[in-house]
Amino acid sequence: MFVSQSMTKKLITATGETDILEVGKIMKDNKIRHIPVVDDANILLGMVTDRDIRSVMPSVASEDFDSKEERDKLSELKVKDIMTTDLVTVSPLYTLQDVLLLFQKHHFGALPVIDDKRVLKGIISIRDLLRAFISVMGIGEPGALLCIVAEHKVGQMKKIVDIITAENISLGSILVARHWEEGKRAIFPYLLTHNVLRVKKKLQEAGYELLDPMKWHLEQLPKNE
Amino acid sequence: MKKTGFLYDERYLYHDTGSYHPETSERLPAIYQGIKDGGLLEKVKLLKAKPADLKWIETIHSRDYVRRFEEVCLCGNSCLDSTDNQMCTETFETAFLAVGGILDAARRVMEGELENVFCAVRPPGHHAEHAEAMGFCYFNNVAICAKYLQIEFGIKRVGIIDFDVHHGNATQHSFESDPTVFYYSIHEHPSFAFPGTGREFDQGVGEGTGFTKNSLALPGHGDREYKQLIQRDLIPAFEKFKPEMILVSTGFDGHEDDDMSGIRLSTDWYTWIMEIIMDMAEKYCKGRLISILEGGYCIERLPELARNHIKVLLGEK
Repeated sequence: MFVSQSMTKKLITATGETDILEVGKIMKDNKIRHIPVVDDANILLGMVTDRDIRSVMPSVASEDFDSKEERDKLSELKVKDIMTTDLVTVSPLYTLQDVLLLFQKHHFGALPVIDDKRVLKGIISIRDLLRAFISVMGIGEPGALLCIVAEHKVGQMKKIVDIITAENISLGSILVARHWEEGKRAIFPYLLTHNVLRVKKKLQEAGYELLDPMKWHLEQLPKNE
Repeated sequence: MKKTGFLYDERYLYHDTGSYHPETSERLPAIYQGIKDGGLLEKVKLLKAKPADLKWIETIHSRDYVRRFEEVCLCGNSCLDSTDNQMCTETFETAFLAVGGILDAARRVMEGELENVFCAVRPPGHHAEHAEAMGFCYFNNVAICAKYLQIEFGIKRVGIIDFDVHHGNATQHSFESDPTVFYYSIHEHPSFAFPGTGREFDQGVGEGTGFTKNSLALPGHGDREYKQLIQRDLIPAFEKFKPEMILVSTGFDGHEDDDMSGIRLSTDWYTWIMEIIMDMAEKYCKGRLISILEGGYCIERLPELARNHIKVLLGEK
């Protein structure tokens, strides 16, 4: 779950001297919103986003927004004039959890990934994270989700996994969430099978409550903040 | 009374899924018995299976897959691609008989000998992908039937209605870019139920955009929600598409007594939906309709559900 394994390595970069109109076109053509700015040695200098570009564009509400004067002014602007240099960066050895928390904290859409010498190694975006978590949750593979309520104590997971294993069923993922009832956990195994009949019965026979997913409301959970 | 066919063949029981498998051969005798006990056997034309020609299987599946299936099966392996797909040495042949029986039934409907048919086949089909067995399915019976109708009889628009409680991933994949086949499925929400596909936002690809429609119901939901979704999604879609032929992927596994899903449909809902589909068949397809069995695992409920199914096909209800 390291950034290095999930980041985009095929990069589109700009230099400080690139025209901003050109950068805007590159973003549009490649459907991206973040472009790292580097020097000849690929050292990261800054980042330019579609928002940076939009903020220097004349407002369409103004009368002379498409005048020659405005266009000349824009064509003189370089990336170095508008890029953000005060950057939050991550290293390839950051974990995806680190990046999740950073995104939540700063409302970023993407972060540049650099090594100790500030050489640009990649970029990690919300899109990359989504892909990684879809893979971790196993939801790209055919399977079915169970919702089990279990006591919050050591050994519960083993029992559940043992029951699933005895049925010769592979696991796509297991998520554990807090339950609104004190001392309980909700466990969501994603089973890579069509055949859930007997495993459900075995779990119930072992004393586990199978939660009706309709009764599962995240908003009922105690909030982190 | 309609000219209704009932495809049933004891050779479909040879596909042995071993012990404790929901897709057991006991399902078919339960269906047969239910129809017999209702005094309906005299009213339907009983059809026997015949093996399909490989060329029809290859309209949906790759030749490599068919060969692999044959080899894995005849070597005595107990499963193909996933432990879900339990099998025996007869499975390959049975799968050919399932497809062949359906194509023969489709021919009879097209030639006017029958108006509609219920094909009680095993193994089921709607999860079987181009080159992968999945979810107890090996050959995609309904998809192959749609291709057969188009190629052999020049049917221009085929409407497939899949009310098995699980999404027919492979049927959707087969036709998602094809505007000549409309795939409609109503199923339990894929975040909870196998196979985890069939989202509301899947509406087809490229030229096929607008010819795939999924209606989703949350666990715990039943007749009321299902009826609303059918009225909201299926009826207007088929009104617009006007299929020349309707194929039904019939799954009884959304029944409240069937533990394979969290959906709680009553026995009556299954009669209701068939009446709706029969109406559409009358309106758009000269009454032509082929119903193909997919899931349904509650052995105690299958006789009555199958009996009611045939009654609607006969026009008795």
